Amino acid sequence: MAKRVTGPEIEKLIQLLAKVPGLGPRSARRAALHLVKKKDQLLGPLADAMGQAHAKVRICSRCGNVDTIDPCSVCSDDRRDNSVIIVVEDVSDLWALERASAMNTAYHVLGGTLSPLDGVGPEDLNIKGLVERVAKGGVRELIIAVNATVEGQTTAHYITDQLDGLGVKITRLAHGVPVGGELDYLDEGTLTAALRARTAI
Amino acid sequence: MQWSDQGIIIGVRRHGETSVVAEVMTRDHGRHMGLVRGGRSRTMQPVLQPGNEVEVTWRARLDEHLGEFKLEPVTLRAARLMEAATSVYGVQAMGALLRLLPERDPHPHLYETLGIILENLDDPSDAGELFVRFEIAVLNDLGFGLDLVECAATGARDDLVYVSPKSGRAVSREAGAPYADKMLALPGFLAQGGAADHDSLQAAFRMTAFFLHRHVYEPRGIGLSAARDGFVQAALKALKSRQTAAPL
Repeated sequence: MAKRVTGPEIEKLIQLLAKVPGLGPRSARRAALHLVKKKDQLLGPLADAMGQAHAKVRICSRCGNVDTIDPCSVCSDDRRDNSVIIVVEDVSDLWALERASAMNTAYHVLGGTLSPLDGVGPEDLNIKGLVERVAKGGVRELIIAVNATVEGQTTAHYITDQLDGLGVKITRLAHGVPVGGELDYLDEGTLTAALRARTAI
Repeated sequence: MQWSDQGIIIGVRRHGETSVVAEVMTRDHGRHMGLVRGGRSRTMQPVLQPGNEVEVTWRARLDEHLGEFKLEPVTLRAARLMEAATSVYGVQAMGALLRLLPERDPHPHLYETLGIILENLDDPSDAGELFVRFEIAVLNDLGFGLDLVECAATGARDDLVYVSPKSGRAVSREAGAPYADKMLALPGFLAQGGAADHDSLQAAFRMTAFFLHRHVYEPRGIGLSAARDGFVQAALKALKSRQTAAPL
């Protein structure tokens, strides 16, 4: 049996860090050791920040985004065009689109995609909230920005069906060649989609 | 243990941060699961989409282990399937149907049928008809086959317009007339062949849903999949708009 080299508090810290995406048991051990060594500069402030985030973080009742205020910073921003809503799978997708700064619009976070294998049905996603939001009026376009997977596109078609008759223009992201992508390395499906969605130069 | 086979991806589930458990319908090894290491990589994700045809190599120390898949793409249809509602719902609905079959139980004809349907999912009339036949084939393989060739009462092979909800056998117009209100409608394209129209396809979906619910879903305490509902609505809607647009 391996001897214990640290107390239960540090062991618990390692165990919890190992649950963070990107960290395994070995890297969690390294991170914990680094935090313990920098107790005052890093461990204390990190613990404070985590405590504050835990106390204040909440899900936006309007769009499903994560923030410390409700409605979230995005929904309460008056400079945004609220007549256009971008529908995303997850908060990470919202953050990615915001990094791109391509559009200054409102968002709606679904919280996943329809997945029969994982038992995720329409009632598990924030689709009802989206329909209610659109039905209230004032929305002219809905951009469905879900992943280009079969599950993502099933969700997109399901949303389109649910919003049928509400008079909203529904669009989706284009599928095709990524910037820096080499045609030789792309799969046939992406190439076909890119050729079908070709544009005039 | 090792084997290689042709297969069609029907589902993928995340496993850890980099791997996935793929569910593949294979020609000779039935519906089979396996771990795909690096399945969440940028190169593997396009391959691991439902509907894609792959060359599968499965390897495990013991037969009862989950085992590992090595997958080579053969036909990547997923991008095309994502274009239309019928195809995207259809591939999910067929995956849900195949999940009713026992794992690792070979059904080569269902594999062949699946491949043919996936090639024709863009066409709503073909897709709807093929999907109904696929549901009947799944019912048959589960031991609840429908006999739609001859009348259960008289043995006649003509004028079959009903299906008995009790036996799942066809009934002729004459023999079924006294019980018409209790009978299910037998769509013409299933009895005599020919193309399916909106009403006959709707009747066919109703008939297969009835038998699937009674024999399979109800005993297992589950309902028809949401993807099937989506497919049925999309196929009927597309067929109706096509019939409306067609010149008289």
